[in-house]
Amino acid sequence: MSLELTNIRKSYREPGGSRLDVLDIPHFAMKQGEQVVLVGSSGGGKTTLLNIISGISRADSGSVVIDGIDIGILPEAGRDRFRAERIGFVFQTFNLLPAFTALENVLLGMSFSGKRGDRTRARELLTRMGLENRLRHRPGQLSVGEQQRVAVARALANKPSLLLADEPTANVDTGNQANVLNFIREACEENNVSLLMVTHTPDVAAQFDRVETLADFNKVGVRS
Amino acid sequence: MNLVTIAFKSIKQRALASSLTALSVALGVMLMVAVLVIFGILNRTFGQNAIFYDLIVGPKGSDLQLVLSTVYRVSPPIENLPYSYYKDLLEHPAVAEAVPIALGDVTEEGGFPIVGTNERFFELPYAPNEEFLLRGHGFEDPFDAIIGDQVAYKNGWDIGSQFKLVHGGQESDHVHNEKFTVVGIIKQTGTPNDKTVFIHLNGFYSIADHNKPVKEYVDRFRKFYTIVPGSDKDLELQEIEEAAAKVAPGAHYHGPSTDVTKEITSVLVRMKRPAGDPPDAPSIAAPLFASRLKKGFQAQGINPIIPMKRLLDNVVGNIQKGLVVMTTLIIIVSGVSIFVSIYNSMADRRREIAIMRALGASRQAVFTIILAESILLCFGGGLFGLLLGHGLVFVAAPIVASQTGLLIDPFAFETIEFVIVPSLIVLASIVGFIPGTTAYRTDVAEAIAD
Repeated sequence: MSLELTNIRKSYREPGGSRLDVLDIPHFAMKQGEQVVLVGSSGGGKTTLLNIISGISRADSGSVVIDGIDIGILPEAGRDRFRAERIGFVFQTFNLLPAFTALENVLLGMSFSGKRGDRTRARELLTRMGLENRLRHRPGQLSVGEQQRVAVARALANKPSLLLADEPTANVDTGNQANVLNFIREACEENNVSLLMVTHTPDVAAQFDRVETLADFNKVGVRS
Repeated sequence: MNLVTIAFKSIKQRALASSLTALSVALGVMLMVAVLVIFGILNRTFGQNAIFYDLIVGPKGSDLQLVLSTVYRVSPPIENLPYSYYKDLLEHPAVAEAVPIALGDVTEEGGFPIVGTNERFFELPYAPNEEFLLRGHGFEDPFDAIIGDQVAYKNGWDIGSQFKLVHGGQESDHVHNEKFTVVGIIKQTGTPNDKTVFIHLNGFYSIADHNKPVKEYVDRFRKFYTIVPGSDKDLELQEIEEAAAKVAPGAHYHGPSTDVTKEITSVLVRMKRPAGDPPDAPSIAAPLFASRLKKGFQAQGINPIIPMKRLLDNVVGNIQKGLVVMTTLIIIVSGVSIFVSIYNSMADRRREIAIMRALGASRQAVFTIILAESILLCFGGGLFGLLLGHGLVFVAAPIVASQTGLLIDPFAFETIEFVIVPSLIVLASIVGFIPGTTAYRTDVAEAIAD
């Protein structure tokens, strides 16, 4: 998967009516299989950038080209489909659905991409995460580390070409941070998945070959 | 995992609230089913196929009273007819069967109505294709009685039991001296026959207190047939009156033409039908025959369906409509409670919906999930309500039968019930629309950031 952002601008209207510029990125690119960590200050636009790359939000202008497809010009339904099929998302707070078991949470990730009911792959992923004995457990019955591993399995369920991870280790205890991080990186390497990870933790960032500070390529960014 | 499964999971997550809202739908549907089934049975009981006869012939007066007294035995008879008129009807070329009915007394015990008739009543079906089944035997002696299943059950009577009659109805306290003996018990028919005691007409006429002054009979006879003074029949009646005048007080009259001193209250008439017509086919000849009866005699011929249908439409029909409207409102209120339940949960589920959207669910998909939830609750509640409703009918059927004699098919199903579930789906779609739209409009980035 290749990712190329060109002249991305994003602003929000403030309660007073004035506009707050959040992103102004002339250019940003990633190669297929590359693992990049993105650091930046709070409120610097990291999450907004991930939302634009995933198609959840639209940029005011500019293009987001993934695998040669400009997702900015796709209709919303097309962006939803693209996200379901090609982009995995790992959230800071895991965002597992509490009514669903670990296995069902992973299956849920497949539900919107047309890979309905691929239970074998879902089981394989969870087993690979060491959760073979936790398939029928609900999120409330899992430890924080286990929950994050389920979230990673869900993100990888559709064999995405790009994995976006928004501070995936922020809520994991120090002992498990390395495990979670290693797992994500190994899984991406094995499947030739590009990884763009946002983190605040210098120790985590230090493990990556390519570390990008958002403020360095975002012209309206706040340098921490 | 499809969208319906996801919706079902959400329902399970809110098991208590979901169960209660589905139960409210179920109770509404249960009431509606019970109303539909019970009124369906009432309609059939009083409807087209409830009686074998085409006409009830009786004195002029209220047609409804004639039917209620002759068939349902819940009203006093209008007046009397000469017994000879029954014979006239029996001999009429258009008439296939005629059965005399004499009403008036009740049993001393239990106050069950007495019907004086003849053996032909039991030889003919009581409804199309429904024959009387007797335990014991038919009339052999004037004081033999055949009783309905409910009479036997309530009074504890069996073959050989003896009883007396109370003259004129329950409000009277004059007990006739004559004793009648039960010789036959009718197997349950689910009709008013189950709550009736039948005696032979000869026994009815043998009750001493039933004899009136001969002049009263003769006068009624003259009026009924509009006898022209000086005619042969007039001279015959004068002869009877003169003979009766010679009889000492208290002695029985044994003069000529004793049929004049016999009266009945109505006649059940079955018209002849073209060969090959099914037994339950309506008679084409009956309306014409009924209209002819009105001319020349003080009688009327009534198709028992017409006044009962009028009664059903005007009274029972309105009650049914009222109950159906009420149960429909209950179901609508249940639908609103589903709306409230789902809508209230939307605030808590905003993030959940945003997660699904982030995983690639389209706006239509999350809308469908919420709508499916509403439909599943309504559909599940509706099916449960159908089961409860029919369960209620199933449990109540033997109790109602033993208490009222009304036979209820425990598996009775009304065709209109097929409308209930589709209607519930429409209702669910309406109440699920607003919460579905809320899900549709959820701002994913904002909801996840929250």
